[in-house]
This record gives sequence, structure tokens and C-alpha cells, in this order.
Amino acid sequence: MEMARTMTETKAVGASSTEAPKFKIKMSGRGVNVHYGAKHALKTVDIDIRENQVTAFIGPSGCGKSTFLRCLNRMNDTIDACKVSGDLKLDKQDIYDKSIDVVQLRARVGMVFQKANPFPKSIYENIVYGPKIHGLATGKQELDEIVEKSLRGAGLWNEVKDRLLDSGTGLSGGQQQRLCIARAIAVSPEVILMDEPCSALDPIATAHVEELIDELKSKYTIVIVTHNMQQAARVSQRTAFFHLGVLVEEDDTANIFTNPRDERTQGYITGRYG
Amino acid sequence: MTDATADNSPAGPLNSSEYARRLKKRHDAEWRFRAYGLGAIFIGLAFLVTLLWTIVSEGAPAFLQSEIRLNVTFDKAEIDPTGTGNIEDIMKADYAVMVRQALREQLANVGNDRAARAAAHRLLSSGADLQAREIVLKDRTAIGQKREIWLIADGDVDSFLKGSISRDTPEDRRRISNQQIAWIEKLQAEGRLKSRFNTTIFTRGASANPEMAGVGVAALGSFMMLVITVLLALPIGVAAAIYLEEFAPKNRFTDLIEVNINNLAAVPSIVFGILGLAVFINFFGLPRSAPVVGGLVLTLMSLPTIIIATRAALKAVPPSIRDAALGLGASKMQAIFHHVLPLAMPGILTGTILALAHALGETAPLLMIGMVAFVVDYPGGPLDPATALPVQIYMWSNLPERGFIARTSAAIMILLGFLLVMNALAIWLRTKFERRW
Ligand SMILES: Nc1ncnc2c1ncn2[C@@H]1O[C@H](COP(=O)(O)OP(=O)(O)OP(=O)(O)O)[C@@H](O)[C@H]1O
Ligand SMILES: [Mg+2]
Repeated sequence: MEMARTMTETKAVGASSTEAPKFKIKMSGRGVNVHYGAKHALKTVDIDIRENQVTAFIGPSGCGKSTFLRCLNRMNDTIDACKVSGDLKLDKQDIYDKSIDVVQLRARVGMVFQKANPFPKSIYENIVYGPKIHGLATGKQELDEIVEKSLRGAGLWNEVKDRLLDSGTGLSGGQQQRLCIARAIAVSPEVILMDEPCSALDPIATAHVEELIDELKSKYTIVIVTHNMQQAARVSQRTAFFHLGVLVEEDDTANIFTNPRDERTQGYITGRYG
Repeated sequence: MTDATADNSPAGPLNSSEYARRLKKRHDAEWRFRAYGLGAIFIGLAFLVTLLWTIVSEGAPAFLQSEIRLNVTFDKAEIDPTGTGNIEDIMKADYAVMVRQALREQLANVGNDRAARAAAHRLLSSGADLQAREIVLKDRTAIGQKREIWLIADGDVDSFLKGSISRDTPEDRRRISNQQIAWIEKLQAEGRLKSRFNTTIFTRGASANPEMAGVGVAALGSFMMLVITVLLALPIGVAAAIYLEEFAPKNRFTDLIEVNINNLAAVPSIVFGILGLAVFINFFGLPRSAPVVGGLVLTLMSLPTIIIATRAALKAVPPSIRDAALGLGASKMQAIFHHVLPLAMPGILTGTILALAHALGETAPLLMIGMVAFVVDYPGGPLDPATALPVQIYMWSNLPERGFIARTSAAIMILLGFLLVMNALAIWLRTKFERRW
């Protein structure tokens, strides 16, 4: 009962906080439920993700942030026990529809993981792998251009331009994470999903990545999971708070942090639990 | 807070004499455990050293072989009467007459007594005529000429020179007569009888005479079987492992398959031999003693090991690499073949080589499919009769002659050498391709 009320309220307030809708909805979920075997991990989630904005998912550990993120590019397909139901749309197209090729979907919705996971190959090969398998580039020159563009986009070009043929795993943790971001933008996705991209990074590397996210949002739609409240406040325009598999509240970041409507949100952001 | 203070005070449980006593007990237990471990290792090493010592001291003499240098006249009238180089004439010519003639000329004092001549002839191996024929087959210009060649001495001469036949034994119980000893000493004094490095043991096949017997045919048979095994077991095993590990749904049926594969790895190898006999020879009608059947049987035997090793190697690749590839939009197959498999390769190769090394030393199943055969000539192909290294060792070990006893150990050394090379290759591959992630 209480939950339902909160959700209608969320929508009402969310809509009223932006007078004229200057944004486009890039992805949306309606009534999304996820089960891992018998475990009900996500309960009827409704959300809109706006184009060219940064949406942050926050919430205590185990509340289903990663699960929902992985629904957005169907990475959950790789988990046998995972069953997803409900409507998930990318540009008004159902991404779980039979006609959708998951390979193409993942090219359009890229992902950066919590732990930097460059391929144990050269920096160059890391970047060109995506464009190659999707046939986005032909010839060495085009690939070279993509490598430079992606690495510049990820703010890594100056640090690695002289050692593109060195192993990607030889970089520092922060550089590796930016390499993974560069690898993700090399296939020119429309949406980039980031699951706690900074959790293994020091404050300086984190600042780098945050700046980068801020720049990237002009071209891409970004969804980021974070445990760091300041980070959510700094980089995101919209914030969604999950709790025990329920999307409790989703609103402009400023509203969530200054004026949350649900007391669970209030409790979480003031550090009472989580 | 209070607890922590209590722990740090001199009267706390971590400072009591009771605790010190228990601490000492813990250290003692650790020390004893190390002593057991060291003891176990030393016992193991002692056995290994004894084993190697026995084999090497038995087998090492077999790598030297007594040979006699003689001036043999290759009689044109006998070898090539028509002067056309007819191969049939060359093959059936009587070379024994020629080498015996050369020997008698060399000894100079044999005389015409039949018994004396026979005794002299016994100084040479009965395979000496084959050696003479091989020279002609290799070089036709030898026909009608006199050539100085090294011919293998008889096994008894070899044993005598190596000291296993003692001159103190009474003549009637000795395999070498006093007259023969005199000849041996004469040849030695002239520098015509020497111990030379034994190439026969590497190049020749089965023979009733130890001095003419070698592991060449067996080694080629083993090699053919290993090639067949690699060509079949590696692709089939890796494909099966990839399917089971990456694609197969996890259900009862695949569980059953998995359990059965693990069980197959533990099935005694002779069972695979019986299977090979029943299926490949009796049902499909493949020839007995053929490397192709041996290879198939060894393939069946190696498959479970290769599948298990490959699955372990695939499992050891961090899932983050798979996620990275899938997250970029690689298909499952691309993710596996571009990223997972290369990273799993060192593990797969190591497992495969160890399985092959195991297969190389396998005897029991080969006995079942009739690879215990007296094969003199090299097999021309995988369907020709051949034998295998371990089987050759087994056959030689049943023979009483001194020469064969030494050759048994020498063949074991050769087999161990191959195994050592394969294991070294496995280690080298593992370190070379091992990458950190
Ligand atoms: N592969 C899986 N199999 C079974 N249950 C899972 C699996 N992955 C996640 N879960 C369960 O689903 C729930 C949500 O997990 P999820 O990983 O989405 O949490 P999260 O919000 O990302 O947490 P964290 O902040 O710790 O990363 C958890 O209760 C978890 O135990
Ligand atoms: Mg998570």
C-alpha cells in the first residue's frame, strides 16, 4: 500500500519538477521484475532514463542496482537462473523482444564494470576489438583514428599515446578503468552503463573519471551505479534510490539530496543505514 | 573497550602460562608436521634414486656395442650377375659368405676345419650380412669393390668384452671358447674390435639377436599413435569441454555426462583395450597390431583427461574477461574464441601433453589389440603392423639373454627420455603462454 503511494507520488513530483519536458526519454522500464531462481531481486520497477543526462542509482548493498543495470543491456542473459519480466525499452523498442539481437543491443548500450577488466592484450587491441567485431571500421587508418578519438574521449590519450602497443593490464588501476571507458565508447554506443566505476580508484583517479563522465554526457546517455553519495550529487542530474529490490524514489538529483520525499531515502542519504 | 584493556594487561589470557604452554604445543605440532613432510620427501627421493640407478647401471652398457672393422669384398658375380643393378638380385645375394670370408682373411689362422670356421663365424652377429646388404643398397658403386666397414659383433662377444662372461668360467660352461677369446684379443690388438656408440638400438626393429634388436620400429609406432591421438583427442576433447563448460544447459542430463566423464578418467586402461578390440578390430575390421587402432584406443583413453583439464582451464579464466567481451557486443562464440580460449590455452596444452605422456607409456590396452608383435620392418603407414615403446620393453623383459636384459633398461631410459622431453615441453608452454590478467 505504502509503496504504491510512493510511486505515484514520485511520478507526479518528477514530472512537475521539469516544467516543459526539454529532455527525451532514452530508455524506460515499466513493471520490471527480476528473479534469481526463487529470489525476487527486483520488484515492479518503473523508471525513465533521460537522453544526454547522467542518472545515478544509489541504495544499500544488495538492493538490486547492478541487477537493474544489467537488465538494460541484457547482461543478465548470461546468468542461467535470472528471469526478467516487464517492459524495457530503448528508443521505444522492447529490448527483450525476440526480434532484438542482443549483440547489437550491447553495441548500442555499452557497459563499464566495477573492476577494470581490460583484455590482456595491447592498449590498441583493447580499443579496436569492439569496432572490429561490429565492422565499424575498415583499414588501419580508420582504426587508428578510432583509437585516438576514444582515448582522447576517455582522457587517456596523452598518457598512453607513446605506448599503444604495451599491454592494457600494465596500466594503473585508474588508467585501466579509463581504458575500459575508451573501449566502451569506441563502438559509439548511445547509452553507457557504469557499475561502480570508481570503487577501486583513489580520489584523484576518481576525479578524472567524474570529469570524464561530465563531458561524456553531451554525447551519450549515462547510467551510473555508485555507493558514493557525493559522487552521485556531483555527476548526476537524476538519482534513483533502490531499497530491497524496490525503486523507492527517482527524481532530480538536487531534490533527492535536499528534499527527499520518502523517509527511507532520507535515512539512507543521511547515513542512518546502508 | 574494557575487553581490549583486559587482554593487554599482564594478567590477560594471552599472557598466562597456560597460553604459553599451548603456544609451545602449537609450534611443536608444526615442527613435527614439517619433519613428517621432509621424511616423506626423502623416502620418495630414495626410491626414485634407487630406481634410476638400477635402470641406468643396467641400461647404460647397451648404448655401447662391440663392432668389428673388416675389409669386405662386394662380389659382383654374386650381387649383380647381370650388371644391370637388378634389385631382386641385390636383395637375395648371399652377403654372409662375403663377410665371413673377410673375417677369416682378417683372422688369418682359421684353417679349413668346419668347427673352427663356424666358431670364427660366430664372432660376427648373424645380422652382419644385413649390414653389408644395406651398404650396397645405399651405394651401388660398392659392388665389385673392397670396402672397409664396421660390422656388429655377436652378442656373446659383446657380453665378454663388457665383462658379463668371465674368462675364469670353465670353457665347457662358457659361451665363448678359448680359441674365440684368442681371436677377440687378436682383433682388439689390431684395433679392429671396438666398443662403439650403439646406433642399432635406435634404428632397428625386433630381432632374435640382442645385438641386432632396436626400438626404432617401436618408437615409430608410438610416434604414429601419438600423432593420431593428438589429431583426434585434442580437437574433440577441447570442443567437448567448451560445449560442456560454456554452452550446455545445466541440467540433470549434463550433470550425468559430467559424472560419467570423471568416471571414465578413472577406468583402468585395459578396459579401453578390450573396447578397442571389440569395436575397432572385431566390429570395424581394422587390422590388428596397427598404430591406427592403438591411436584410437589411446584417444579414447586420453579424452576424459583432456576434457577435464580443458574445463578446468576454461573455468580458471576470470569471468570479468567474458563480461568485457560480451559487454562490447561480442557473441558468445566470439568471446570464447577471441578471449577465453587463448587465456586457457596454456592450461589446455599442459593437460593435453600430460595426457599424451601418459598415453605414450601405456602398455595394457596395446597388448589387448595385438601390438605385442615381432615387427622387424618399419611400418609404412598407420595400417601396417607396428609395436610401441612400452610394449617393446615388455617383450624384451621376457627374454633371458644378457643383451636383452641390458636393452630392456636402455629402452626404459629412451622412453623416460621422451617423457622428460614432453613434460619439459609442457612446462615451457605453460610459462611461455601464461599471461597475467
Ligand atoms: N547471480 C546471482 N544469483 C543469485 N542471486 C543474485 C545474483 N546476483 C545478485 N543476486 C541477488 O540479487 C540481489 C541484488 O543483487 P545486486 O547485485 O543487484 O545488488 P547491488 O545493489 O548491486 O549490490 P552492491 O551494491 O553490493 O553491488 C541480491 O540480494 C543478490 O544476492
Ligand atoms: Mg552491484
